[in-house]
Amino acid sequence: MVVTNMLNKSVKLFAVLFIGIGSLTAQAAVLDPDRADMLYHSYEGGGMTIDGPSVMLRKKASESVAITAYYYMDSISSASVDVVSTASPYTEKRHEGQVGVEYLYDKTLMSLNLRQSNEDDYLAQSFSINVSQDTFGDLTNLNLGLSYGDNEIKRNGDDIFEEQSEQYRIRAGINQILTRNLTASFNVEAIADSGYLNNPYRTVRYVDNSIPSGVGYQAEVYPETRNSFAAKLSASYFLPYRAALFFHYRHFNDSWEITASDVEVGYRHPIGDSLELELKVRYYQQTQAEFYSDLFPYRDAQNYMARDKELSDFSDITYGLGITYMLPASMSFGDTRSEASLQWDYIDFQYNNFRNPNAEGGVGSEPFYGFSANVIRAFVSVYF
Amino acid sequence: MTFTLSPRLTALSLKGIALLSLIGLSGCSSMGIEPWVKPYERQNLADPIMRLNRHPSASMHVAHVLEGRESARGAEGTGGGGCGCN
Repeated sequence: MVVTNMLNKSVKLFAVLFIGIGSLTAQAAVLDPDRADMLYHSYEGGGMTIDGPSVMLRKKASESVAITAYYYMDSISSASVDVVSTASPYTEKRHEGQVGVEYLYDKTLMSLNLRQSNEDDYLAQSFSINVSQDTFGDLTNLNLGLSYGDNEIKRNGDDIFEEQSEQYRIRAGINQILTRNLTASFNVEAIADSGYLNNPYRTVRYVDNSIPSGVGYQAEVYPETRNSFAAKLSASYFLPYRAALFFHYRHFNDSWEITASDVEVGYRHPIGDSLELELKVRYYQQTQAEFYSDLFPYRDAQNYMARDKELSDFSDITYGLGITYMLPASMSFGDTRSEASLQWDYIDFQYNNFRNPNAEGGVGSEPFYGFSANVIRAFVSVYF
Repeated sequence: MTFTLSPRLTALSLKGIALLSLIGLSGCSSMGIEPWVKPYERQNLADPIMRLNRHPSASMHVAHVLEGRESARGAEGTGGGGCGCN
């Protein structure tokens, strides 16, 4: 009820601002240039290997209309800590497609985006509407957005199992030029989920002295609603010797009592006319969901129960390195301009109340789990 | 279960954004404030190295990697979606 009221109010607010933005007349802005990106991505860590390609194409149909298309694939091979302890390793593929259209009217940019993601056991479909407006001598850009998503969840090996969930998102943001070298932005987003929000394969563990192992397993039970709110502050600063410094801070909380925050500092440094170096460090930490426990005292100990490590108390740190090479005209197609980039992220996760069930130490006394991941992206961008 | 997310806080934030937006839309100049960075003073900000979303495909992948492994979501400023979270 609270969610419905909140969303109703949000939709009305959105409509008022949309009309407000639409009624403005101003000097025309321009659409972003046409480009194509071909990317290979790879993730390896915690017993999981995921890789695959992605392609993005953006093309102007006229001075005021642009079309975007995006394809992404994950090829997943998993033997993660959750899977090894209670299920079998598996492989699967996920395909995602998006199409979008942007329409520019004076200084108002409107966009519509449709998305579908398909796995053997999961079908997600969603649409997003966004509108942004340059104002105040183009010193300020305001943006608003709404999304709706519908998910169908199945369980491999169980033909009867079929569940659904829905998601509403509403977001707003402001980008502001502060000085000739500094810009800042502030974005907020509220997300409301309802329906089946569990992972259908995961279990919780509980103390069971009636069996030799001393530990029993039962299916997780999540609440059927989740409301969350996130606010993010970003700043970009142009350094005097031509380099860019980026800062981001985000705060998050939700109705499952998870509070999280992350902070990121990035640096981009051109070397000569053809190279760009990127460095970043990001730190993230969250508290556990109210219904999370690594080990429940007995079967059906609570109405809601989870042992997903993603809902536990943990932190992670990312170190990122990237390099972009602007290809000389002789290596580009026709009149196009091309770039080749390689990015590598190293992420280290440390869990504070999720124990490694495969380690020695006795039930409930195993060491806390932790793992690191290497993430690689290699891509070519062509501007035409 | 108790809810840490206050609907009132969310509503207030949205109203705050709406108010700021309407002030922005009505034009700060009506309040006696003029744009203080002129268009010809923005060449540093227009430099491609200053673009937050300089590599959109890569940004989408970063968001996708994190969303399956962290509970926080929203306000990223980039797209995401899907799971792959076992």
